[in-house]
Amino acid sequence: MARTPLGRVRGLGSAKEGTHHWWMQRVTAIALVPLTLWFVVSVIGLVGKPYAAVAGWIGNPIVSVFLILMVIATFYHAWLGIQVVVEDYVHAKAVKITSLLLVKFLCFVLAAASIYSILLISLSG
Amino acid sequence: MAEFTLPQNSKVRKGKTWPKPEGAARVGTFQIYRWDPDDGENPREDTFYLDLDETGPMILDGLIKIKNEIDSTLTFRRSCREGVCGSCAFNINGTNTLACTMVMPKSGMLKIYPLPHMPVVKDLVADLTIPYAQLQEVEPWLKTKTPAPQRERLQSPEDRAKLDGLWECILCFSCQTSCPSYWWNGDRYLGPAVLLQAYRWIADSRDEYSGERLDALEDPFRLYRCHTIMNCTKTCPKSLNPAKSIAEIKKLMVARQ
Repeated sequence: MARTPLGRVRGLGSAKEGTHHWWMQRVTAIALVPLTLWFVVSVIGLVGKPYAAVAGWIGNPIVSVFLILMVIATFYHAWLGIQVVVEDYVHAKAVKITSLLLVKFLCFVLAAASIYSILLISLSG
Repeated sequence: MAEFTLPQNSKVRKGKTWPKPEGAARVGTFQIYRWDPDDGENPREDTFYLDLDETGPMILDGLIKIKNEIDSTLTFRRSCREGVCGSCAFNINGTNTLACTMVMPKSGMLKIYPLPHMPVVKDLVADLTIPYAQLQEVEPWLKTKTPAPQRERLQSPEDRAKLDGLWECILCFSCQTSCPSYWWNGDRYLGPAVLLQAYRWIADSRDEYSGERLDALEDPFRLYRCHTIMNCTKTCPKSLNPAKSIAEIKKLMVARQ
């Protein structure tokens, strides 16, 4: 026998979470507004400058800290957002779980690589 | 993956075209989705013509005239014919609305389909079993720990005003079935109509179960599948704002952290 309609709707019950995910997506979005604007304006200012000037800019302690913060906010935000997109549209179980893992791993790898690069330039300068 | 095209047995074919009324000055064209569970055929789109000078002003008047005078097998839900019962919600010219409160458009051209992405019982009758069960799940009635008083529970005019925009919902499920997020995840997402009902009781000053109600909603799918697409608010034939109710629930979720 199939489950009753109410049984289907009640399912496994409420997960009692989701608020943190939703809230952190908003928090990172708000943080990214000034960070991204600052980054884009700065990069436009660096167009045509020699390598040393760019490395010097990244090497500035304040710039390094904010670049790292921007990388964390960007990849955290991307991970949360893409996870929702996958949950929305990918319904085949194996593909869904694989995609969710890949997105998570990719965001962590890219964030780690970006932070490592910033530190490398900053600390070797 | 998500299904973006209809399965083979759901593809809508061209159906029967009925003759035009003779000597009519203004002719209305009704293209109506038909599907009969008993004949094993694909759905089809029949075309009916009505003399608009002989028909009432609303879309529902046209549907009733077709059923009475042209094809009595045309099946649809209707009851109050004045926007109170919520029975005659269909997808009309691409938008979910009530046939009884929608005036015949000047062009006289109409495409009438059942509420989108729901199983069809017959013709324009959508199967709303799951939305009804979802409504039942949020327990849309007053719940208190305090024993029932001897007389009515009092509410200040200010507290009563907080229910305006909520109590008017007639549960036609136009919003529910207009929501893409509900189309893709309707088995777990409660949908705009049901969340508006849930908020109607959370917002009620006489209810004592707000916390438990929020507990039951706190879920990545039940509540947080709302991505503020706003189709619900755009389509509501009663001009209510289910998206705002959902936003208020999310605000309460953060407020109690």
